[in-house]
Amino acid sequence: MAPELTSRPRLAPGCRMSEKSQQPRVLLMPERALRLNGPSLEIVERCDGRHTVQQIIAELQELYSKADPGKVEQDILGYLNLLREERALDFE
Amino acid sequence: MPAVPTPLAMIAELTHRCPLHCVYCSNPLEMTRRETELSTAAWTAVLRQAGELGVLQVDFTGGEPLARRDLPELVRVARGAGLYASLITSGLPLDEERLEELVRAGLDHLQLSFQDAHEESANEFAGAQAHAQKLRVAEWVKRHRIALTLNFVIHRRNLDQLEEMLALTQQISPARVEFAHVQYYGWAFANRDLLLPTRQQLDRSLEILKQAEETLRGRIRVEYVVPDYYAKYPKACMGGWGRKVLLITPTGEVLPCHAAKIIPGLNFENVQSQPLRKIWEESDAFQKFRGEGWMPEPCRSCDRRAQDFGGCRCQALLLTGNAAATDPVCTLSPERNVVDAILTEANRTTAAASPTKPEWLYRINP
Repeated sequence: MAPELTSRPRLAPGCRMSEKSQQPRVLLMPERALRLNGPSLEIVERCDGRHTVQQIIAELQELYSKADPGKVEQDILGYLNLLREERALDFE
Repeated sequence: MPAVPTPLAMIAELTHRCPLHCVYCSNPLEMTRRETELSTAAWTAVLRQAGELGVLQVDFTGGEPLARRDLPELVRVARGAGLYASLITSGLPLDEERLEELVRAGLDHLQLSFQDAHEESANEFAGAQAHAQKLRVAEWVKRHRIALTLNFVIHRRNLDQLEEMLALTQQISPARVEFAHVQYYGWAFANRDLLLPTRQQLDRSLEILKQAEETLRGRIRVEYVVPDYYAKYPKACMGGWGRKVLLITPTGEVLPCHAAKIIPGLNFENVQSQPLRKIWEESDAFQKFRGEGWMPEPCRSCDRRAQDFGGCRCQALLLTGNAAATDPVCTLSPERNVVDAILTEANRTTAAASPTKPEWLYRINP
């Protein structure tokens, strides 16, 4: 189930990124830690309850302008859905 | 020698004191008294060293960790050391004020244990009047921005109430729920005959849980595993010995898992006499079963050895008398017949035909 483009993803209670001083960055949640590489870090940093899904897609398409925009969109929707199923994201 | 991996999680067993007397407690049969527990300063040093070692998460557990009055201070230190702080609790010694204090200190996640969906039986397994308080705690936690996990411990005597447990879960609506089969160590090993489910119970429960996982997807993360006596292959106990997790006992001994002290001949170092990094990387107890060098056949040449790491050393000891044997729950183990005999006995009668007033061995309070 893909998230609504107009919804605003936000890290769920008890889910947060590790401190900037700790490398590699990870997304911390109950009994789990997901490693954040380039694109996944860019996505999670924008899950702040202010960016809409649509805005996140647009910003990453700009950031990764050499990549196919359709593929970027699909990858983002897939990743947001994965985080939703992990209960790491709420959509507001 | 391959490089020693970085531990990801530290289990901080703050105390063995607990208001509950659960018949399946994972604490050792011999427990530590309050006078010998580590001081606040000693725990502070351990938490900081854990952060420096690369540990990401700390689970404050016990016993009942809330029995320690310095818990908010320890949570604050853990957060300061860059750790994700979880509290594993019965919820009993908690009130709204104390919870607020913990949240202010930086608590990320609270895991609340449940013994059943029904008050009477839940209190029977816990050996205490606990259930009603747990329901209150769940409501309080939901008013804060921290994660809540419900943990139902399941076994022969409550597995038939699984649907009621799921109904209660949906009513509370936490982000995550664990259905944890009793693991047969410590007090649970002593009560095993009363706790081990039948195959029929297990098959039905797996169907129910699989369906719940689908129905609740995206709302509540449902987690469960097949109890290992019934599994074909052993569990990757602790993610492999000395590979991902370390545990600190209330007195400061550093163990690879909850039960490791039952293994004869292992010496456990104490955080009060050696740095945590040295203990993790070099101590005999961690090196003993780290990697693959210790493995006997059929593990040594098995394709699954990097998946399950030969299973559980403590279980091998408890069931075969040899901690260095292949975990006998593995169907490839030459000693699987030991487990099969236990299962045959457990399936001789149905769960419903079990005694109504069982003779539990209740966990004592140190």
